[in-house]
Amino acid sequence: MNYKYKVGCSIENLKGVRDFIRGSLKPHGVADIEISEIVLALDEMCSNLMIHAHHCNPDDLFELNIHIENGAPIVFELIDDGTVFDINQFNEPALDNIIHEKRKGGLGIRLVKSIMDKIEYQKSNGQNICRLIKTVKHQ
Amino acid sequence: MIHIKRMQEDGADIIALIGEIDASSSIELDLAIAKSVGEGYTKILVDCGALEYISSAGLGVFMSYIEEFADRNIKMVLFGMNEKVANTFSILGLNELLKIGKDKGQAKEMIA
Repeated sequence: MNYKYKVGCSIENLKGVRDFIRGSLKPHGVADIEISEIVLALDEMCSNLMIHAHHCNPDDLFELNIHIENGAPIVFELIDDGTVFDINQFNEPALDNIIHEKRKGGLGIRLVKSIMDKIEYQKSNGQNICRLIKTVKHQ
Repeated sequence: MIHIKRMQEDGADIIALIGEIDASSSIELDLAIAKSVGEGYTKILVDCGALEYISSAGLGVFMSYIEEFADRNIKMVLFGMNEKVANTFSILGLNELLKIGKDKGQAKEMIA
């Protein structure tokens, strides 16, 4: 099954994104704790996209697609036309560096990489597609 | 959307977080902690009993105070987290870096 959500790049819209993800995964019997981890990773990816690629411009839209089938890993796609920030290119900072430098960011990349199985980037017809893949246990 | 309430008990400042903390609201958590420190509290309890969600932006706020609090001998204990919120802290190993109590009673013992 496919779920699609189109949203403007205002960080005020993150709550709606989270509700969309929860609402899409819940009927497929994904465990609550797994849903909460997926929500956390996608919240991070979406807020990065909104803030860094679109400077929180609410008129810039991006699309979040969820493909879910029983027995197969779930595929999440973030589609936009902004600057690509490939998190695979960045090594996550060590926790003690984050503490020492009082960085309020930096935790996010670590989080996404520890939750998702795979993160891929693709360019197609002038659009960026970031694909996040996650194997879940269906109840 | 987050609501933050503050109250004082036995010389400790209790900051209660109600709702969800994400990139749009983490600044409010930061301001609440800064205010508590600014008012001279050295024992800060963060009540997470009604905290439904916290993103990395919120986790980053707690992380950013670890060193300053150690230097200034300010004690902060978080307590009352639900299972999902507790899991968020443990994915990154922050449960090892921050002091986290089960409930208010235990949190008070931890800052005593």
